[in-house]
Amino acid sequence: MNQFDAIDSGEEVTSDDYTPEIEPQPTWCPGCGDYSVLKALKGAMSDLGRDPEEVLLVTGIGCSGKLNSYFDSYGFHAIHGRTLPLGRAAKMVNEDLEVVAAGGDGDGYGIGGNHFTHTARENHDMTYIVFNNEVFGLTKGQSSPTSPKGHTSKTQLKGVAKDPVRPMSLALSAGASFIARTAATNPKQAQEILVEAIEHDGFAHVDFLTQCPTWNKDGAQYVPYIDVQESDEYDFDVTDRREAAEMMHETEQALYDGKVLTGRYYVEEDRRTYQEEKQARDEMPESPVVGQYFDDEKEWERSYERLDRHT
Amino acid sequence: MTQDELIWRIAGGSGDGIDSTSQNFTKALMRYGLHVYTHRHYPSRIRGGHTYVEVRASEEPVTSRGDGFNVLLALGDSFARNPSAGAVYGDEKTKPLFENLDELNEGGLIIYDTGVLEDEDVGDLETQATENDWHLYPIDLRAIAREHGRDVMRNTAGVGATAALLDMPLDPIQELMSEAMGGDILDANLAVLSDAYEHTNAEFEATHDLRIPKHDHDEEQVLLSASHGISYGAIDEGCRFVSGYPMTPWTDVFTILKREIEDLGGVAEQVEDEIAASMMAIGASHAGAKALTGSSGGGFSLMSESIGLAEMTETPLVMVEAQRAGPSTGMPTKTEQSDLEFVLSTSQGDSSRVVFAPGNVKESYEQTRLAFELAYEYQLPAIVLYDDMLTGEFRNLPRSFFDREPNPDLGSIATEAELADLPHDVGGRYERFRTDGDTDVNPRSLPGMRNGRFLATGNEHWPDGQIAEDTANRIKQMNRRVSKVEVVRDALAEQASPDTVVGDEDADFALLTWGSQKGVVEEAVRRLTEAGHSIKALSVSQMAPLRTEEIADFLAGVEEALVVEMNATGQFKGLLQKEFGDYGDVLSSLLKYNGDPFEPAEIIEAVEIKQSGEGGDTSSETTLYPPAGDRS
Repeated sequence: MNQFDAIDSGEEVTSDDYTPEIEPQPTWCPGCGDYSVLKALKGAMSDLGRDPEEVLLVTGIGCSGKLNSYFDSYGFHAIHGRTLPLGRAAKMVNEDLEVVAAGGDGDGYGIGGNHFTHTARENHDMTYIVFNNEVFGLTKGQSSPTSPKGHTSKTQLKGVAKDPVRPMSLALSAGASFIARTAATNPKQAQEILVEAIEHDGFAHVDFLTQCPTWNKDGAQYVPYIDVQESDEYDFDVTDRREAAEMMHETEQALYDGKVLTGRYYVEEDRRTYQEEKQARDEMPESPVVGQYFDDEKEWERSYERLDRHT
Repeated sequence: MTQDELIWRIAGGSGDGIDSTSQNFTKALMRYGLHVYTHRHYPSRIRGGHTYVEVRASEEPVTSRGDGFNVLLALGDSFARNPSAGAVYGDEKTKPLFENLDELNEGGLIIYDTGVLEDEDVGDLETQATENDWHLYPIDLRAIAREHGRDVMRNTAGVGATAALLDMPLDPIQELMSEAMGGDILDANLAVLSDAYEHTNAEFEATHDLRIPKHDHDEEQVLLSASHGISYGAIDEGCRFVSGYPMTPWTDVFTILKREIEDLGGVAEQVEDEIAASMMAIGASHAGAKALTGSSGGGFSLMSESIGLAEMTETPLVMVEAQRAGPSTGMPTKTEQSDLEFVLSTSQGDSSRVVFAPGNVKESYEQTRLAFELAYEYQLPAIVLYDDMLTGEFRNLPRSFFDREPNPDLGSIATEAELADLPHDVGGRYERFRTDGDTDVNPRSLPGMRNGRFLATGNEHWPDGQIAEDTANRIKQMNRRVSKVEVVRDALAEQASPDTVVGDEDADFALLTWGSQKGVVEEAVRRLTEAGHSIKALSVSQMAPLRTEEIADFLAGVEEALVVEMNATGQFKGLLQKEFGDYGDVLSSLLKYNGDPFEPAEIIEAVEIKQSGEGGDTSSETTLYPPAGDRS
């Protein structure tokens, strides 16, 4: 019997199914934006009817990495910046898994920047949530890749001399096929966007603005958000790369001027996922690799039969 | 010069087809019935530079490159020209003819290309030849190549000339060429081959007495390097996921697996860096595939943190470390055994891992299979440590050696039904890391399985994986992980030892070596024994956990033991001293770290100096440490 037959039991799933009985109360600071990510993710999984046992949540290091402790699915709390390669490999060997990676802005745009670029480029079918609070939290308030220029902290006494990373623009130019930004102050939109991101076939990047009340009291994430899809002020086609790029540019600039814009920025539905690309090239089997180990019918080849070119 | 063995060296510049020509010739010798062994020497560059491949062939099994060589096929220059651009890459002064003469044995043959070398280039070669009893065969290989095809077929002409001078029939060579190519290229090469053969026979009365012996293998043979051994071992264990980043010499395994694994329904990924490669192998393994990753020195350094993560999360992980001369980027295409200390403890914290250092093709296959079995049964990293020399060492093996059953077993994985009965915490999470079980290893569950959810984390954790800093739990979890190595040690003790002793078991003088130098040390012992010395040797290939009892037994009663290894600081000797206490009076080192592996004569020389009871140093490129006579 295939070990994975049990996936998709069809039973109704609620947010509570994702709430661990032990440690249901997170240890994040009061007022932390991370609570919103947790709630939105649980809500999205419940909306989608995903069984916790078919979900693999991979997190990095930092406050965001604690997400795994409060989200009761299969979890992998990995090392700093390395969530994406771990998650995408799990997906490549078992495409029946729902793989979600999550990490902070330092984790994803700093130490993990290379993996972010390449995972987006390859368009793996997975979701990546970046908790963007513009600061390192768990190590006590150092400036991060998204801290505004001039941001002062214990490691940037005279103010950051670098321009901040523009994460959505980076994701777009790297090749992500779904890019959105939402905010902790906007729970309804956050949940909707996560549902769309998880459902999307391809690499879905969600830049999730989360306030840090302890280390980044000045953060712009506190101000009321504007939903670019709801507002009459903005009119662009999310399927048009050029228009999306312009809108992202405006949004990423506006954030540092105190104006929080959120919404879907780029959605490319017809691009092949990496799995599909590889399958089209006969570089990947049609059925999950892991299934082979539980397939009683499978004949395992011996190297003996592959040695003729060496005789 | 002996009649019963050939050591043929083909030398030229990178891009001259040295590698492919030598591979074909080696295979032809194998099909002709001989035992073969190749040694590859190449520079870290694309075009030009001095390259050679040595092929040793004998009626008897061959375990090392031998001493020097006895036939030189010098192909033109050690530099390459781009005629269209008029550009020259490399050093024009370096001619393979002269570059190689230092190591050519007395009585040896020299075949060189008069089409490329002018008379003035050859200089005083005749004088040198007379002094050393060398036999010169100047042949215009380029002209023969040009007549039927292109300049580059000079290598085929050289093979034809070699066959003529050594009395070897052309059939096996022609057969191999026909299998490897077709059409006009094949016709041209066949014409060049037979023309060079006939021309050589007509032109020269052979003055040398070396002839290729005739032998027959009892059964069909295959020609493989240790990289093939590792790759086929992985495949037979059901490895269906490989991730890597190119780096010499690890690339050998990576490219072999890339070619094979997709046909078998697996996935092979070249990724953005080694950190991604190791994290992907962890991800694939965690999700339930058998995965392999690897690299060489620098790339393996980048994997450090992942190794610790695999240990902490108890994720099975099989890794290959193909050593090259370090530190840092060192000498990318040269061999060394200087990553032992590093690989034993890569990553922070107390480590629980298994490390093998296979000594030849056979062991590389067997120990890779064992690495998978242990990694998946005991949920820890298992590393196969080998080196550049073994990647270039092609040897023949009976094809039937590989007629072994595949083992796709994932190790200790619970079924969904079993999971339901295993302990869960009050919230229903599977206690994957419980510390009160009967064994140190709890069955794994795979994402997607019913009743198996748990958290894998690099932080210290409770039995269900939740992060914990509780001191009592910490001690229990640490003890359980670290003691897994002892469980592995016991499991390995049940198996036949891969560590082999040769020579006179009562000898009070011993050699110790590890990994790739096994074959050469064994040959040195054989020859020393024939010369009347009482000596024994132990080749260790299980580096962690070390078979300490066996080594202690071997060393009991030994008055002097020379530890032979290719590095500058005596890393294996250091490991032995750490494991056994001091042993300062007994152990000394014979080291080589110029980028080339040992030759048997170098070991024999060192033993003779040691046994003479007088002081002295080696004359070769090796180092005795402490120097002979200095027992301080």
